Amino acid sequence: MVTGMRALDRKLMRDLWRMRGQVIAVAVVVASGAALLVMALSAHTSLSVTAEAYYERYRFAHVFAGVERAPERLAASIADIPGVQTVETRVVAFATIELAGVLEPISAQLVSLPPSGEPLLNRLALKAGRLPDPHSRDEAVVLEHFVEGNGLKLGDEIGVLMNGAKRQVRVVGVGLSPEFIYAVAPGGLTPDEKRFGVIWMGREALEAAYDLDGAFNDVSLALLRGTDPEGVVQRLDPMLERYGGTGAVARADHPSNWFLMNELEQLRTMATILPTIFLAVAAFLTNSVLARLIALERPEISLMKAFGYSNLQVGTHYAKLALAMAALGVLIGWGIGAALGRVNTALYADFFRFPFLYYRPSGAEFAISAAVGLGAALLGALGSVRSAVILPPAEAMRPPAPANFRANSLDGALTARLDSPTRIILRQIARAPFRAAQTVIGVALSVAVLVLAMQWTGVIETILDSQFSKSQRQHATLGFHEPIAYDGRFALERLPGVLAVEPVRVASADLRVGPRVHRGAITGLPPDAKLQVIHDVRGWYLPGARGGLVIATKLAEKLNVEVGDTISVEALDGTHSRFDLPVAALHETYIEMPAYLDIAVLNRELGDPPVFEMANLLLDPAEERAFYEAIKEIPGLSAVIIKQRSVEKMREEIGDMIWIFTSFFVMFSAALAYGVVYNAVRVALSERGRDLATLRVLGFTRWEISYILLGEAALLALIALPLGCLAGAGLVYVMAGSFDTELYRIPFTIRPGAYGQAMLIALTASAASAVFARRRIDNLDLIAVLKTRE
Amino acid sequence: MPAETEEQASIDPAAVLSARGLTKVYGAGASEVRALRGVDLDFAAGELAVLLGPSGSGKSTLLNILGGLDSPTEGDVLFHGESVTAYSERALTLYRRERVGFVFQFYNLIASLTAEENVALVTEISKNPLKPAEALELVGLGARTHHFPAELSGGEQQRVAIARAIAKRPEVLLCDEPTGALDSKTGVVVLEAIERVNRELGAVTVVITHNASIAAMAHRVIHMADGRISATELNETRLAPAEITW
Repeated sequence: MVTGMRALDRKLMRDLWRMRGQVIAVAVVVASGAALLVMALSAHTSLSVTAEAYYERYRFAHVFAGVERAPERLAASIADIPGVQTVETRVVAFATIELAGVLEPISAQLVSLPPSGEPLLNRLALKAGRLPDPHSRDEAVVLEHFVEGNGLKLGDEIGVLMNGAKRQVRVVGVGLSPEFIYAVAPGGLTPDEKRFGVIWMGREALEAAYDLDGAFNDVSLALLRGTDPEGVVQRLDPMLERYGGTGAVARADHPSNWFLMNELEQLRTMATILPTIFLAVAAFLTNSVLARLIALERPEISLMKAFGYSNLQVGTHYAKLALAMAALGVLIGWGIGAALGRVNTALYADFFRFPFLYYRPSGAEFAISAAVGLGAALLGALGSVRSAVILPPAEAMRPPAPANFRANSLDGALTARLDSPTRIILRQIARAPFRAAQTVIGVALSVAVLVLAMQWTGVIETILDSQFSKSQRQHATLGFHEPIAYDGRFALERLPGVLAVEPVRVASADLRVGPRVHRGAITGLPPDAKLQVIHDVRGWYLPGARGGLVIATKLAEKLNVEVGDTISVEALDGTHSRFDLPVAALHETYIEMPAYLDIAVLNRELGDPPVFEMANLLLDPAEERAFYEAIKEIPGLSAVIIKQRSVEKMREEIGDMIWIFTSFFVMFSAALAYGVVYNAVRVALSERGRDLATLRVLGFTRWEISYILLGEAALLALIALPLGCLAGAGLVYVMAGSFDTELYRIPFTIRPGAYGQAMLIALTASAASAVFARRRIDNLDLIAVLKTRE
Repeated sequence: MPAETEEQASIDPAAVLSARGLTKVYGAGASEVRALRGVDLDFAAGELAVLLGPSGSGKSTLLNILGGLDSPTEGDVLFHGESVTAYSERALTLYRRERVGFVFQFYNLIASLTAEENVALVTEISKNPLKPAEALELVGLGARTHHFPAELSGGEQQRVAIARAIAKRPEVLLCDEPTGALDSKTGVVVLEAIERVNRELGAVTVVITHNASIAAMAHRVIHMADGRISATELNETRLAPAEITW
């Protein structure tokens, strides 16, 4: 028996070698699924591990809070909150920066370092140089992104406009921080390493500049293990309220961490939906390859049974064949997945600028991909193997019953006008609809995945258009440290190049309805604003908010309010004014969850005279240079956002990522279409080789018989294209639904071009595999068919 | 009888198809097999020849080379005096398409096409074909035109195959063991069909068989052994297929 099994295994090896084309087709599809799984999961694990280690090693705080000005002694009281391990106070401010040779305005966040030098929390990972001398007023460590983005080096000087006073600061160190993995300027959506930086300086220097001697305006907390950060936030907020607390946030809501976790979540989504598609197709393919092999090997099966091999042994033999094909795929998938996982992790790590990177696949991704890859193949093999097992030995000796075609009325009408080769194609499909369906589904899924990959640029353009063309029409936005009187806008209007000015007020606030609360902001706009308007992404504009709040539908959902309901507002500033506002209207947005209010109403409710702290400007492009020069002299300016620059940066940043992912998907989907079509053609060739050779003898040319063979695959692929587009739309819909967060909603939108590109790629891959499989036609043995009975 | 080998240089001007010095060697060295060892033959228009010989005598190889399916190692096949051996792949395909009809032992019908459609397969690509229905009428299957192969008996399937072979009005009809898979009674019906199309269409008809009884219907019987023509005999009186049994 032992030697018997060896003989069967030898047969197995030879079968695999003989069918290597199809074995590879199945393996390629399994490999694609396994590779996607390993890539996404290993990148996810590695990035999670890296981020966790980064946070741990550099003591990323658990709770963050800002205040206007609080006395240093408050720190001791904060430390008494149960569960608080470490408290560190800081001075944090926004400032504008001048760099030699850079015309466009740059902003930066200034962060103080304690007198001891090394902070307790949110520590710096120094990449070059040293920490500033705690007593020096002109030394700084600068965020690495910004240093590289602007070609700075140690010893360079930066002009920082601190609270209206310009100071030259020298770069003595280059660093990274877990707090600024994703360093986004206020009002920005993506990091811009050229136009936004972080500058760490000695506490003394910043206290002096911002008039915070013996006081702080920012506090970070580390908590004891197991402490609920939300509980600490709830205790911290009241303590900070009288000092102008702007509302504490837990690590989970910290913008940098939030972005990072969101990216990791996307990787997880990718690791589940897409590999499933590939492995389902792999199951189909295994099924059709084995079914054909078993049909061809009926005599061998009967012989094995006649020799006394048990049903189990015969079944195992064919199951092993399926497993061998899948195992090859899994191995290839492991290799590709691990390599791409490393590339992917490195890309992300570069994007997030981790100071170190652990590419640490947990091993689970390999085990999972092997289990599902082999499982899919076994599942696909089940039906075919069963047919081999139940075949009685005597029946197996006889050739299978001849293909039984019978006329039906539909057929008559359909094929009457067709030539014979086309008739052959249609009847083959009609006779084996299940197998035809497998091919159609396989190619359709390839198209679907491609549609998903190709629609991203459309999505990004839709979001950008809604945010930056339909809603925000200004060219630039200026931000100020302190609210300035309404009259101040006339001074802005007089700046060179300024065509129009509109005041904006943004007030951080808790919006509360019963037990539901949202920590966000209210944007005050003039009711007749033209530079920033309230746009509903479903395609209409809302008039300025006179009667109350105009809020995003996503925010209405969160607070469970409708138009006419009342929202309790608590301003997160020095006043902590509390007031109620009705919901005047809802509008659908893609980004964030804005709440708009008439700026006059906002000022009144905050107990302020008519003031604004941001201004939207319309500029004359011809006078851009003069404008940039002029704003350098404006005191109290904290931020300058040039819209065009933001849009370009977002396109560039997201575009790179999308390009890389699209390439992966194109590669895998093409492999999918290739595998499916190659297999379909090879099975057809195996079944109809005799017919085709007969036709060659009868005087058909190679191209004429190629038509019969490839026409079927082509027809099925053509049927698959529209179905694939539909399935792709479904997939996009599911994906769009799974990206429904408070920061982003993904619109369900697909460019018509995405369908075209997807179909073209799938068709090209199908055609390539058909051409490859066609070469077999040249080797048909014309003489053998004359002598053999099928 | 081997006298013909001495006439190698001269070609019968009435011959439609001729073989000169055909040699076919398969393999090389120790595994070398000489399937044909210098065969010379001429077939005249309207002739019905039966190639008789045991398995391995080289008759199938000869038929394949005559039909343009295989090429000789040495020698030449001439069709109306033109060398078929020199044909390109494309010209060989055209030769099979327009000039030669094949009938196989196992019929080789396309299962997904009806009897009429199997014939139409050939008429659609040839220049001056019979109508499929006419061709089927000729082999006595006028009533079975819309049946699929699975719905026909073996003899009927073979007659469809003959109709398919002759529908292009070939000048040469090559039949490789056309009754090999059939019982005697059904085989006779198939032979009648072959005899009839030979008579009515005038195609050179070469029938390969190892069944000596069939030889009685031929104009000429060519015996093959060991890759050579061992004997040739002309039938003074031919038997009608109905008179043949085995």
